[in-house]
Amino acid sequence: MANQAAVRPEISWEGGTSPFQVSWQKLMMWFFLVSDALLFAGFLVAYGYVRLSSDSWPDQGEVFTMALIGVMTFVLITSSATMASAVGGARDGDLIRARKFVIMTAVGGVLFLGMQAFEWTTLISEGATLTQNPWGVKGFSAFFFVITGFHGIHVLIGIVILVITAVRLGRGQTTAAGVELTGLYWHFVDLIWVFIFTCFYLI
Amino acid sequence: MTNTEHDVSGHAHHELSFIRKWIFSTDHKVIGIQYGLTALLFLLFGFGLMLLMRWQLAYPGDPVPLIGWLFSDEQMPGGVMLPEFYNQLGAMHGTIMVFLGVVPLAVGAFGNYIVPLQIGAPDMAFPKLNMASYWAYFLGGVVMLASFLVPAGAAKAGWTSYPPLADIETMGQTMWLFGMVFLITSSLLGAINFLTTIIQLRTEGMTYMRMPFFTWVQFVTAFLLLLAFPPLEAASVLQLFDRLVGTSFFLPSGLVVSGEVLDVSGGGSPLLWQHLFWFLAHPEVYVLILPAMGIVGEIIANNTRKPLWGYKLMIYSIIFLGFMSFIVWAHHMFITGMGTALSAFFQITTMIISVPSVVLLSGLFLSLWGSSLRFTTPMLFALAFLPMFGIGGLTGLPLGLAPTDIPLHDTMYIIGHFHYLVAPGTILALFGGIYYWFPKVTGRRMNDVLGKIHFWGTFIFMNGIFMPMFIQGLAGVSRRLYDGGATYEFASNVIHYNEFMSISAWLLAVAQLPFIFNFFWSIWKGKETNENPWEATTLEWTATPTPPIPHGNFATTPIVYRDPYEYSVPGEETDFLPQNQP
Repeated sequence: MANQAAVRPEISWEGGTSPFQVSWQKLMMWFFLVSDALLFAGFLVAYGYVRLSSDSWPDQGEVFTMALIGVMTFVLITSSATMASAVGGARDGDLIRARKFVIMTAVGGVLFLGMQAFEWTTLISEGATLTQNPWGVKGFSAFFFVITGFHGIHVLIGIVILVITAVRLGRGQTTAAGVELTGLYWHFVDLIWVFIFTCFYLI
Repeated sequence: MTNTEHDVSGHAHHELSFIRKWIFSTDHKVIGIQYGLTALLFLLFGFGLMLLMRWQLAYPGDPVPLIGWLFSDEQMPGGVMLPEFYNQLGAMHGTIMVFLGVVPLAVGAFGNYIVPLQIGAPDMAFPKLNMASYWAYFLGGVVMLASFLVPAGAAKAGWTSYPPLADIETMGQTMWLFGMVFLITSSLLGAINFLTTIIQLRTEGMTYMRMPFFTWVQFVTAFLLLLAFPPLEAASVLQLFDRLVGTSFFLPSGLVVSGEVLDVSGGGSPLLWQHLFWFLAHPEVYVLILPAMGIVGEIIANNTRKPLWGYKLMIYSIIFLGFMSFIVWAHHMFITGMGTALSAFFQITTMIISVPSVVLLSGLFLSLWGSSLRFTTPMLFALAFLPMFGIGGLTGLPLGLAPTDIPLHDTMYIIGHFHYLVAPGTILALFGGIYYWFPKVTGRRMNDVLGKIHFWGTFIFMNGIFMPMFIQGLAGVSRRLYDGGATYEFASNVIHYNEFMSISAWLLAVAQLPFIFNFFWSIWKGKETNENPWEATTLEWTATPTPPIPHGNFATTPIVYRDPYEYSVPGEETDFLPQNQP
């Protein structure tokens, strides 16, 4: 790959000011996030479509433990804040601070997943599965597990990326731009949760 | 750009191994060739499926001659095609032609090979992602082909895979969905890469309004892929859940099939699939047609020796077209009983989207005005594209209006309409593109006489296949009929066209033989060509040798001084001014 790297210098843009003032990696990440957002939009629109065409829909207060969901959401939002601090640290060149906050973010992600696993087990023990729903319309639990499951997988991937970032920061292999890319993805995962939270638990 | 120079000189003395150079290459040119050859094979295979179907349509129930014995008893016992097998052929013909043939050839092959060269980039922005995109496509293709071998054969629910039928189909449908997930992933990786490349890697002086028309259409196409495919990915995943774990996202409660109530959890909506599917598949229609227009634009500018008429207007039209393509999808669903308010909205947007299409076609037509045409082989294909696209587009107007769509829906008229856009339309343009850029890739020209024979054969027989479909459809013959409508008494005076259409289809196959021979013969024995055989202005011809330098493309990074099509500029010595000529 040595000659490959030579073909692709750090900045290949030679047409004056770079468009949008961003690196190509960052631009690609943005495009990826747009397409991923549309994937979730597809799921949520499907959910809304089935929900609106159903005669009845279970009462969320009855199904979910809202206190747990509140804590989960709080933890995830907090992890976004620590991620922002990590990016700030990396920008200031303070890699130790950046690493500390990246690890805190990953811990937040693990906590979130743990609570989600607890929530899932509780619901399953109450008889909810992909095809069964003790509270009425079957589509409810099917959509719930598929959509929160998809989001959970995104969080899991995020945690893996965070751990890799932390290790690479320790070895001095990751630049501030790298931490920023990780941050973009993590904020995106949190943002998606806000929509899922709203659609499933609030309205 | 000293790095590039270094690379070129350094490259000569350490060659990559065969596998790294041709199989797992990260060079956009090699990946483009891989895409091209794979897609051409799939086009041939998908075409072959159709040739089998055409036998059954022309002579329902007769044993297939010559090759009938090749098929198993589950497909053609005694050479007579079973209805199940006919349905597999139909569903897989559509899937293979669209997702494994035309899109990979138009975007994966032409886009990959030409776009970085046209914008003066050393490669795509993310070469490894590019390779991953090809291999995801390849795997998707393998899964689709393998689905013919599973019990009860490949998918039978049509290329649209409408539930409830698709939800309760045999295993082939599951394979179809897995294949689609691979193909969608491949397209998304490609789209991200194209967008980043075109935005970030243009060379100095290559402003947006100096980008060649072809690069512009690839740019808009990449946006369409990026935005339209994820919802279909979501829908495919939901259908997989329906099929594998018994959810009912797309199955209503109390579903009755063949008089029996199915044991499904229920509560879902079959219409939901249609919405998610067409939200993809309408932009997908433009993914099929836009690259073809781009190729035709390049060839027309080059062979009329004039700038494209209304270059900027056409660019704005493409952007507008891309935007509008996201809000017309429900015109595929007028017969679902969506109500007049909703159908009024989609009829209006559909009529609006025809405006930029007409602008594009008019622009290409007006470019011909007052020029002395060079009737080269690629130019013949490009010229034929224009009226074919026109017929396809105009016959679409009655389908965009609910009152006329309702009687025509699901008839042969629809088949005629969209085949005019993608077969005599897009595929003619893609052939033109192959003849046009073949010298760039191989350093040799394809034979002109064989090319012209190929053109006339293809052009005539394609019309022979698709034109009678309009008449049959207007007479009320439904599509997807196992016997081609032989039992329709009211249509008995148009059913015999089936034989004519089938013979045209087989002659179309014969007309491809000169192309196949020409293609391989010219790779090794074709007439060697100079750097710029068409005397073109764009960077892929003027700034890099023919064939281009592996890994890096340009010995020195070109600088762009001019608009893309400065042909016949008054007072100049030559009739073309390359973009990189100061």
